[in-house]
Amino acid sequence: MADKLLMIALSPTMEKGTIHTWHVKEGDAFSTGDILCDVETDKTTMEYESPEDAILLKILVNEGGQASVGDPIAIFGEEGEDISPLLDEIKKEKSSKPDTNREEKEKEPASEKKTDPDIEEESPESQKTTQPEATTRIKASPLARKIAEERGLNLSQIRGSGPQNRIVKRDVENYKPQEKSAITHAPSSENSDQRIPLSEKRQIIAKRLSESKYSAPHFYLRVQVDMTRLMEARKRYHETHPDAKTSLNAWLIKLSSEALKKHPEVNSGWDTDALIRFGNVHIGLAVAQEDGLITPVVKSVEYKKIAQVDHELQGLIEKAKNNKLSPEEYTGATFTISNLGAWGIEEFTAIINPPGSAILALGAIEKKPVVINDEIIIRPMMSMTLSCDHRVIDGATGADFMKTLKAYIDDPALALT
Amino acid sequence: MAVITYREALRQALEEEMHRDKNVILLGEEVAQYNGAYKVSKGLLDEFGEERVIDTPITEEGFTGVAIGAAMAGMRPVVEWMTFNFSIQAMDQVFNNAAKMLYMSGGQFNIPIVFRGPNGPAEYLASQHSQALASIYAHFPGLKVVAPATPYDAKGLLKSAIRDDNPVVFMEAELIYAWEGDVPEEEYLIEIGKADLKKEGDDVSIITFGKPLQIVTEAADVLEKKGIHADILDLRSLRPLDEEAILKTVKKTNRAVIVDESWPVAGMASHIGWIISHKAFDFLDAPVELVTSEDVPMPYNHTLELAAQPSVDKIVQAVQKVMYIREA
Amino acid sequence: MTSDKTKKQETAKKTPDLKHMLGQMLLIRRFEERAAQAYGLRKIGGFLHLYIGQEAVAVGSIAHLDLKRDYVYTAYRDHGHAIACGMDIKGLMAELYGKESGCSRGKGGSMHFFDKEKHFMGGNGIVGAHIPLAAGTAMKIKFNKENGVVLCFFGDGAIHQGSFHETLNLAKIWNLPVVFICENNQYGMGTDFRRVSSVDDFSIMGQSYGIPGKQVNGMDVQEVHREVGEAVYRAKEEGTPTLLEIKTYRYKGHSMSDPAKYRTKEELEEYKNQDPILILKDHLLKEKKLTEDEFQKMDKKIKDQVKAAADFAEKSPEPSLELLYEDVLV
Repeated sequence: MADKLLMIALSPTMEKGTIHTWHVKEGDAFSTGDILCDVETDKTTMEYESPEDAILLKILVNEGGQASVGDPIAIFGEEGEDISPLLDEIKKEKSSKPDTNREEKEKEPASEKKTDPDIEEESPESQKTTQPEATTRIKASPLARKIAEERGLNLSQIRGSGPQNRIVKRDVENYKPQEKSAITHAPSSENSDQRIPLSEKRQIIAKRLSESKYSAPHFYLRVQVDMTRLMEARKRYHETHPDAKTSLNAWLIKLSSEALKKHPEVNSGWDTDALIRFGNVHIGLAVAQEDGLITPVVKSVEYKKIAQVDHELQGLIEKAKNNKLSPEEYTGATFTISNLGAWGIEEFTAIINPPGSAILALGAIEKKPVVINDEIIIRPMMSMTLSCDHRVIDGATGADFMKTLKAYIDDPALALT
Repeated sequence: MAVITYREALRQALEEEMHRDKNVILLGEEVAQYNGAYKVSKGLLDEFGEERVIDTPITEEGFTGVAIGAAMAGMRPVVEWMTFNFSIQAMDQVFNNAAKMLYMSGGQFNIPIVFRGPNGPAEYLASQHSQALASIYAHFPGLKVVAPATPYDAKGLLKSAIRDDNPVVFMEAELIYAWEGDVPEEEYLIEIGKADLKKEGDDVSIITFGKPLQIVTEAADVLEKKGIHADILDLRSLRPLDEEAILKTVKKTNRAVIVDESWPVAGMASHIGWIISHKAFDFLDAPVELVTSEDVPMPYNHTLELAAQPSVDKIVQAVQKVMYIREA
Repeated sequence: MTSDKTKKQETAKKTPDLKHMLGQMLLIRRFEERAAQAYGLRKIGGFLHLYIGQEAVAVGSIAHLDLKRDYVYTAYRDHGHAIACGMDIKGLMAELYGKESGCSRGKGGSMHFFDKEKHFMGGNGIVGAHIPLAAGTAMKIKFNKENGVVLCFFGDGAIHQGSFHETLNLAKIWNLPVVFICENNQYGMGTDFRRVSSVDDFSIMGQSYGIPGKQVNGMDVQEVHREVGEAVYRAKEEGTPTLLEIKTYRYKGHSMSDPAKYRTKEELEEYKNQDPILILKDHLLKEKKLTEDEFQKMDKKIKDQVKAAADFAEKSPEPSLELLYEDVLV
């Protein structure tokens, strides 16, 4: 029976290997223990010993080619075997999942994993940067959560009366939101028992952003993008769906997620001894508040339609404006967008929002002369600047991503390909 | 309306159905000359003769199999097991033949049969005669399983079971036979697979079936005095299960206590608990509580045997737990 | 047992149609050979218990029945009985292939052939568990005074099951028109029946229950026909059960996965020399009721029939997934 020869880890930390030399040719017989090929690992060049007695039927990764651990690099079997079903299988596997690696968590639609602070503690990065209250799970009954969500109450503000302080229905129903303390500009008299969420937020923002800026070596990539087609697409959608009103941000979030799917290395995070390739695309959007900003996160954008992204986004923004976001709603972004177009800012650079490794800063859409086919034409243009964490993303990788995103915005239909 | 016993309600159902259809026969140990171990078939031999009311030897596998073969050829037997504890001898026939014949034959051979008798603990009967086997029977596709707890439900469901073209496992209880209740004089049927809300209240759903209905009712009275108002949902049928009724009450009260006198492991109660967590998750204000038998064979000693079973007190405790009421 | 011969003629079939029986045995043989081949090609999965060698038992017994009134129950080695009951081999082969056009819609497979119209009450897979069912169907015959009989076939492995003994007692106390036929092919799976039985002669087992019993040579279809005729007569005229032990032999293993190493080549050869098809054919040739040429023609025709059945099974579509949830309840 023909089978796949898989790339194996030839060093403890190897995730990808490059085939340096093939020692057997297609059609050659080999036995257990024979050296099949030399592989360049992250550390050195290693010999790949044969696990089988068989014939090499097809080489899938040629010399110089790269393969992740677990990827097929060749097919072996008996002479004259039909390997087309195996090839189809490999093709299917390839198209069905992005480049996998050891760190990628299983994909599950709308997975709670990434948002569960208990689990997020795996990465010191997020441990350092999440709110204290987010690291202890809020215990609440499913019903209490639902009522709180309907009433826009923040569970972290409610005291639970159930076992282990579980918040139950009666706690939510009896909860009276405290009067928002007026923001005083006088020196605060430090009523230490009284928590003022805004100033705390301010502290968190300060802590997170400076940590991000100091620990992640930022670099920036800027492109101008023609918004004509995207704006047309959105207009056509609204014409055909009279009830629908979708924000441009929702469209940009969705197109970014499509581009991230194609470039999963950008949808990644830094952990001291490994890279984390995130299993889902959770996109945060920076939202300005009275005294600070917050990034509500639309979870698992890759599984959602634009209308749904927009619906959730509007809900999140509404909550953000009212200080009603729960920790899991504003943490865990694997990628972030910050849009200052509304303020007329032409272009700017943003600070990365961990645990993601890139943030996209969007400027205002302005009509500008552009040269198309040697003619000067007026087009609605927008400036996009991507800030990347150089520990995770190299220049070329970031540039590839931006090229894809620009192409998708230039012609949204491409995102479907 | 007349007030009659559960035993009499079953007898009436058998009598009426045997009059209606000559293919209905009753067979089992002591059903004819002795008038039934629990007197359910009292007078039926005199009325219908030994062709249709048949005493069997003590061979559960044999006579259960014979009845299934008769049903396969178009008769409508009612098999009385003297107790469900003895039905374990006949399980091969029920599970491997009655439950599967229709399926294996690609829809050709249905088995219109009723298996009935007392199920569950009574008193002082020790391990081999006190077993509640609902979960085992309910596990098998191809069977219907009912466990009525009142004379009214017993009569209406037994008539439906006899008319049903599928095998129906009909679970009674030794201690229920003497219970009394209103039963109409005129003919009526109760659809298999429909639960019945025996009492209404907004605070908690107590879901049960069969004999424990009695202690659930008593527990609800105790709770009323504490100002807690319970919905009591009597499932009546276990297969098909009235999921709609289960979800409706739980969505109303947000709390569920399931009372089942079977053992806790892989039981009917845990299945219902799963259905609730699966389909009413967002309506729950507390984890679902089960009140079942303790996970032990039944002891003979009376104090111990009572301790091994669900009780009024255990149900009250469970309700307080799901309502987050800490009793001092 | 004293029997009034003339009366018996009315009940039991008179002279057997030997040519017809030869054709039926040959049809079973060819069907089984084709099934074995299809199994080797992985067209058929699971268990496949072949009847090759035992054809005389089903054919000689079932020849007596009027399947409007009479019934047949058997265990999981059921192809021969189904064919002897006149079921369409297309539907049987399709069932082996698991197709919806099979006699049990592809839900039964080899062990569970059924035909309500032809009173073929199955292929039953639990050893001995169908024996009470057969008595139950006999009970219904008696109840409705239908003057029918139920033949219940089972193997030597089933005779030690409680269900067999319980049913014998019930059939006797209720006087049920049923004939219990133990097809002793000498091995319960791989176990020689003598190793696991207190007696070598199963026909005496009826005596504990006051049921007459007899041993019959199952390699001779004429003898089978004669003896089963007696029992059918007893059931219909006197309404009482009989136990027959029909000694037979299966040429193949218990099922396709059984190489049958537990018996000697010599033993197998010995039985192949008394092949029921061979014996009957020789008899008919001697009696000048058949020529070799006729036989070859008959065989050719049967082989074509079987091939057509296999083609039908092959071409029948796979069942739709909806079928999964059908037939659980009426």
